[in-house]
Amino acid sequence: MAYSEKVIDHYENPRNVGKLDDTSKFVGTGMVGAPACGDVMRLQIQVNADGIIEDAKFKTYGCGSAIASSSLLTEWVKGKNIDDAEQIKNTEIAHELALPPVKIHCSVLAEDAIKAAVRDVREKQAV
Amino acid sequence: MNLPIYLDYASTTPVDPAVADSMMECLTSTGNFGNPASRSHVFGWEAESAVEDARVEVANLVGADPREIVWTSGATEGNNLAIKGCAQFNVRKGKHVITSRIEHKAVLDTCRQLEREGFEVTYIDPDEQGLVQPEMVAAAMREDTTVVSIMHVNNELGTVNDIAAIGKLCRDRKIFFHVDAAQSAGKTAIDVEAMMVDMMSFSAHKLYGPKGIGALYVRRKPRVRIEAQIHGGGHERGMRSGTLPTHQIVGMGEAFRIGREVLASESDRIKVLRQRLWDGVADMEEVHLNGSPNQHVPGIVNISFAFVEGESLIMALRDLAVSSGSACTSASLEPSYVLRALGLNDEMAHSSIRFSIGRYTTEEQIDTAIAKVRLAVDKLRELSPLWDMFKDGVDLNQVEWSAH
Repeated sequence: MAYSEKVIDHYENPRNVGKLDDTSKFVGTGMVGAPACGDVMRLQIQVNADGIIEDAKFKTYGCGSAIASSSLLTEWVKGKNIDDAEQIKNTEIAHELALPPVKIHCSVLAEDAIKAAVRDVREKQAV
Repeated sequence: MNLPIYLDYASTTPVDPAVADSMMECLTSTGNFGNPASRSHVFGWEAESAVEDARVEVANLVGADPREIVWTSGATEGNNLAIKGCAQFNVRKGKHVITSRIEHKAVLDTCRQLEREGFEVTYIDPDEQGLVQPEMVAAAMREDTTVVSIMHVNNELGTVNDIAAIGKLCRDRKIFFHVDAAQSAGKTAIDVEAMMVDMMSFSAHKLYGPKGIGALYVRRKPRVRIEAQIHGGGHERGMRSGTLPTHQIVGMGEAFRIGREVLASESDRIKVLRQRLWDGVADMEEVHLNGSPNQHVPGIVNISFAFVEGESLIMALRDLAVSSGSACTSASLEPSYVLRALGLNDEMAHSSIRFSIGRYTTEEQIDTAIAKVRLAVDKLRELSPLWDMFKDGVDLNQVEWSAH
């Protein structure tokens, strides 16, 4: 399978790989996918009191496109308000990375991940 | 060293230079270009003689009579011709066929077609080492079983089935026995008499011959009759019509002649390389050798690197030509059906790489491969949330995943 240059770049030099302190109420974690399907994405965001995402980290088990989708996503959400981050569409990710049709599900997974992370941090802060 | 390193010999092999030379002598006007079926002039006679010499070479590798060798376009056609041809010819005796779940698609899809034609097919699940045990075949046999088709060597795992024992079972029950030997010819000893095989498919390109040519062994005594699938000029005793491609056949003959000559020495050399490769990665955490530790050909090594996804691993290993699952299925995102049939869980099946070693593989290439694999696996595990969880002692089977 031929990958786009952007996918290869993110795959070779993934941005923001790592883990944030999940016990903090300012950290939201989105874990999506399943090993059986061949991809699992963990996206974490750290927000400040104004709801701005100050940091984002990911780890992904999956193909190059899945890794690139989550790496790109961490770049995009940093500095964004969680309401705006939640609006990121999988089609934007797929377009930016020039994903082929069989890899669209990777971008869908990334969209699910940011939504899940935002939901998680909202729930934590509501308590 | 030239990169990428070719470690995909189970997929196909380069043509041996001696084979290429023999083929080039059968193409141009100064060469042996005649139609082997032309009876009226020397061009035809010479072509026919070259074809018959090649037939002897193929027969010799497997202990057959040359008259039992039918030229085909490859093992896929051989499998189709044997299974459909034999099942259809014997349809009045019964409509039940037995095969295994880990056969090549050329066998499985052929069986699916027979099912559409009203046949019943039993698909045997192999044991966890990937072996189809004779007692499993015995248990599947019925009064109306006419054909059993079991592969000799599995293309993904390299496991070797006990063909002689299965052959004996079939012979005792007067059931026709077909063996897909695409991966075993020239890799391990074959004797169609001792193994009591009735039909056996071969491919040239897995043994340093050209693509597009193969052969089907069809037993004469006791006689096996099959219905032709390609009709025409009645070539190959009516079993497979079509002008014989002299250059392809001569290439296959030469490849099989060399294969017989070097079988023992080549297999010893590849055994050493296999061990070197496995030793080079075996000390890493959570690395598993798939298949059978004892019953295997040396050239195929299938390894699961847990918590790393296969496609990303192949991407990281772009300096190595290896495959994840078989090449025929790697366009899809399904994990290997062969590994799943062994009962491997999905993440292990997703994490497997097949390395296949061959005639031109060197020690230096294996060492480079080891270094690259170690680096890639470490890198991808650093990226893997599953590896994190494993390290934190989380049992991944207890996690409720959101399947998509």
